[in-house]
Amino acid sequence: MATTITMPQLGETVTEGTVAQWLKNIGDTVDKYEDFVEVSTDKVNAGVPSPVTGTIRELLVKEGETVATGTPIAVIEEVGSATAADLPPATEMPAQAAPAQTSRGPSPNGPTASSGAESLEESAMRGASPAVRRLAREHHIDIRTIKGSGANGRITADDVLSAARAPAGPAPIPRPGQTSTYAQPVPGTLVPLTQARRIIAERMVESRHTAPHAWSMVEIDVTDVWSWRLREKDRFEREAGHKLTLLPFFIRAVVESLGAFPLMNSKFVPASGSGQAAIYVNEHVHIGIAIGLPTNLVVPVIKNADQLSIKGIAIAAGELIEKARKGKLGVDELSGGTFTVNNNGANGSWASAPIINAGQAGIVTMEAVVKKLVVRDDDSLVIRRMMNSCLSLDHRVVDGYVASGFLADLKRRLEAMRPQGEL
Amino acid sequence: MAVVSSNSTVMNNVEAVRATLYEAMKSDDRTLVLGEDVGARGNVFLITKDFINEFGPERVIDTPIAEASIVGIAIGMAMEGLRPIAEIQFADFIYPSFNQIVGEAAKTRYRSNGEYTCPLVIRTPYGGGVRGALSHSVSIEALFYHVPGLKIVAPAFPADVKGLLNASIDDPDPVLFLEHKKTYRLIKGEVPNGHYTIPLGKANVLKEGDQLTVVSYGLYVHWALEAARTVERDGISVEVIDLRSIRPMDKTTILNSVEKTRKLMIIHEDNKFGGIGAEISAMVAEEALFHLDAPIRRLCGPDVPAMGYALPLEEAFMSSPSEMAEAMREMVTF
Amino acid sequence: MASTNTATGTLERHGLSDEQLRAIFRNMLLQRQLDNRGFQLNRQGKVPFALGSEGHEALQSGAAMAFNRGRDILAPYYRDLGLCLGIGLTPYEIMLSIFARAADHNGGRQFPNHYSSKSAGLMSFSSILAAHLPHAVGAAYAIKYRSEAGRAVLATCGDGTTSEGEWHESMNFAAVHKLPFVMLVENNEWAISTPLDKQMAQPEIWKRAEGYGMPGRRFNGFDPIATYAAVKEAMDRARGGGGPTLVEGTCYRYLAHSTDDNDMTYRTREAVDERRRQDPVPVFETKLLEHGIMNAEGVAAMRKDVLRETNEATDAAEALPYPEPADLYIHIYEGAWQPWQS
Repeated sequence: MATTITMPQLGETVTEGTVAQWLKNIGDTVDKYEDFVEVSTDKVNAGVPSPVTGTIRELLVKEGETVATGTPIAVIEEVGSATAADLPPATEMPAQAAPAQTSRGPSPNGPTASSGAESLEESAMRGASPAVRRLAREHHIDIRTIKGSGANGRITADDVLSAARAPAGPAPIPRPGQTSTYAQPVPGTLVPLTQARRIIAERMVESRHTAPHAWSMVEIDVTDVWSWRLREKDRFEREAGHKLTLLPFFIRAVVESLGAFPLMNSKFVPASGSGQAAIYVNEHVHIGIAIGLPTNLVVPVIKNADQLSIKGIAIAAGELIEKARKGKLGVDELSGGTFTVNNNGANGSWASAPIINAGQAGIVTMEAVVKKLVVRDDDSLVIRRMMNSCLSLDHRVVDGYVASGFLADLKRRLEAMRPQGEL
Repeated sequence: MAVVSSNSTVMNNVEAVRATLYEAMKSDDRTLVLGEDVGARGNVFLITKDFINEFGPERVIDTPIAEASIVGIAIGMAMEGLRPIAEIQFADFIYPSFNQIVGEAAKTRYRSNGEYTCPLVIRTPYGGGVRGALSHSVSIEALFYHVPGLKIVAPAFPADVKGLLNASIDDPDPVLFLEHKKTYRLIKGEVPNGHYTIPLGKANVLKEGDQLTVVSYGLYVHWALEAARTVERDGISVEVIDLRSIRPMDKTTILNSVEKTRKLMIIHEDNKFGGIGAEISAMVAEEALFHLDAPIRRLCGPDVPAMGYALPLEEAFMSSPSEMAEAMREMVTF
Repeated sequence: MASTNTATGTLERHGLSDEQLRAIFRNMLLQRQLDNRGFQLNRQGKVPFALGSEGHEALQSGAAMAFNRGRDILAPYYRDLGLCLGIGLTPYEIMLSIFARAADHNGGRQFPNHYSSKSAGLMSFSSILAAHLPHAVGAAYAIKYRSEAGRAVLATCGDGTTSEGEWHESMNFAAVHKLPFVMLVENNEWAISTPLDKQMAQPEIWKRAEGYGMPGRRFNGFDPIATYAAVKEAMDRARGGGGPTLVEGTCYRYLAHSTDDNDMTYRTREAVDERRRQDPVPVFETKLLEHGIMNAEGVAAMRKDVLRETNEATDAAEALPYPEPADLYIHIYEGAWQPWQS
């Protein structure tokens, strides 16, 4: 909803004011109560706070211009009220990217209740007129983001076209004819979307719009796991031909924690023609591992990870990562995940708020392993290797009670891992 | 008839039919007129008044009361090289000649593989609003527009009457020329002087608009235009299309309009079920479904056998400009 | 030669020469042969439908002799094979129609027996009884309108058709406008299964003429010469501006209505066989032999030649192709009009 801000009356007898300086540009976000403009009168210079949280749409008065009190000076597009789980924009690791043929149809382990379950966007489209559906597809607009101006709030074709003409922020004006690539983006140009990028964009929106994301974090002492890894890594790399990272140890702990907290390995099934809304508890544990390639994410899946040893997980992960780097992952390897692990720590990340893979209940990260000074209960100081692990969860499925229980369990298992026997 | 300029004359629809027939009779000896009361009486609407004096009883034939043979004899004349213009006194009387029209005239060229043709015009007044009751008010186009081999036109304006009647007379195939009797004296307009034709199969956009396409013909096209002008005062922009030609029907004009406005309403006096609106709806659904932002609407005559003689019955059957305006508003705000 | 004295009596020729009499007889033989060929082909499974005219040979061949080729117009019905042959249609054209070939006048679109030929003056007609009669009247009107002297329309129909409203309307209009129109009714006593006494209360159809204000007469349709006389008189009257005439020729329908009819469901073999005694083909053959207009060898040769002609026509037509599926879409209108005009 657009809110028009007018020139305030800064003083009893004041009848006008001058825009001294805009503190925000068009397209910037502004919080409620955050100053967005400095106004001066003959008596006082004052910052004017925004009455809403949103995005600056229009700045109607130039800097230095004087207008009468009550004159509209700016338009702010209000966004939905922030939830406790929303964070300000930070580096977000996308939960899943999919190859061109990702199915939107029945999931491989889904029962009849979830097979054919359409996304919320699809069910919104069903009530739309043919013109609306076509225009929404052509302009890549999710009609759930549009307010309808037709009878009874119906979204009309004109509504879709208006939305298409007014994208978030001012329309970029690239240099004529200039495009560049995602791999080598050039300022002032347009980067055409690849199919993968397009799908990532759609999936992120869908996941964010469908699942209310909540977030939690624990700090895990991985010193002993680390030692175990160091002891085994040379032999493993010789025998298996892949590197041994902390990832398979982490995944092993994750699958065990999922066993103790099965709701974390489930999915929310919306109401459909075939039944009421429900939570489906997955029969199998298929762990997706997020792999960052130069131009996009892929998330191949280790099937039945709960039946693999740490060594087995390491080999499976190693093979998938190699295939991913060569671009040789098959559709089957990229689908069917029930929970996702994101090894984020390579670049030194300390915390992240990942987006859940649509169709799963949670995604957990491994942040950077950092040597830290830790204070023990008896106040002694020790140097330990610490690693944060962040969890985004689908709040329709689990509340903090389960989520934090899961994280606590994961922490406990990892901290209890000792070098012993075979991997 | 008032002469407006040296290039055109103002006249009403009945005068337009008369003037056109007169010129056709004068210019081509093969043309003749036959029907009940067309000679001495000059047609019950005076369309052929005094024709018999000028052209003689062999060319202006008062037939016996026998609709089937009025058309049948005209078919024989046409097969033998004349250009007959048969009249059925009221469209309500056309049923006895149904076989001759549908089974014979429409199939003459086809069954003889083109050896014989039937260049025949059948003129008839149709439509209600004249307290005509069960046998002087009916619309018949839906009974015939289904038939390959026939052509059907239904002009609403005098200039179109002349152009389409000339084209029909020239047409090498049988044409059913429908004249809405209420428009005979009600509708006046400028008619260009001299001989001209309007091609069959071309609709006319009477008023441009971009929020709703309204397709109509006959008397109702005038009401629809009036309604569109009324709602225009409230900022509602309606495009009004006069079909003029029912078979063949103008696909391009309709589709272009629907692609622009995304909403379609068909308005006709004839009964709704199986009427002209049904074919238009099906065609638009087949060819422009993904341009439609609202269901297609047909504002048509009720599915009852006839409009009654009593005024409330006739008014209940007929639609009014204000009903049409209301429907336009509903469609635009959908 | 007005007449010939023979042992069996005088032959009233009504002006017909020996050659013309032989031509009439040949036409009768050809009619029966081609008729029969249609049924043979049907029984061979080569054509789905056949409709015969046995019993009408004299009536049609005699009437055809009274028709002026290139001047008059014929508006027949679907049992007029002999009449159409007699006015100039060839066996080849007949067989094209039977085989529904693309080269047929009607492009294979019509049932067999629905002949049409603009060049022969044969008006295209449908299967709907009496629907062709207003057309014939309209054509007669055109002739009169254009003051074309010496031209007339010969329209035919069966006894059943005289019950149709359009038969009445056509007769009425022709009489009112004194048109060059001859209504030849071929009364064979049957309309599919409806005998004459269920079709009308007044069994003498010619008597209706007075009701319409036109002359009428009846003749023996099994006699080709009597037929010729009656039809010629009527046609001459019409050509001379004397207006229309109703002429009724009596004969008999020896076969069922068509291959889709089983006439033994409504009449008896005996009744039909009884009427076979009047079969015009052997009767006229006898007459010609008796009066020395033909001899036995001549008749045999003629039969053989008729068979040859029939066989050649059959083979020639059978060898030609059917119309193409795409031909379904032509000749609906002049040019390629579709109901939705782009």
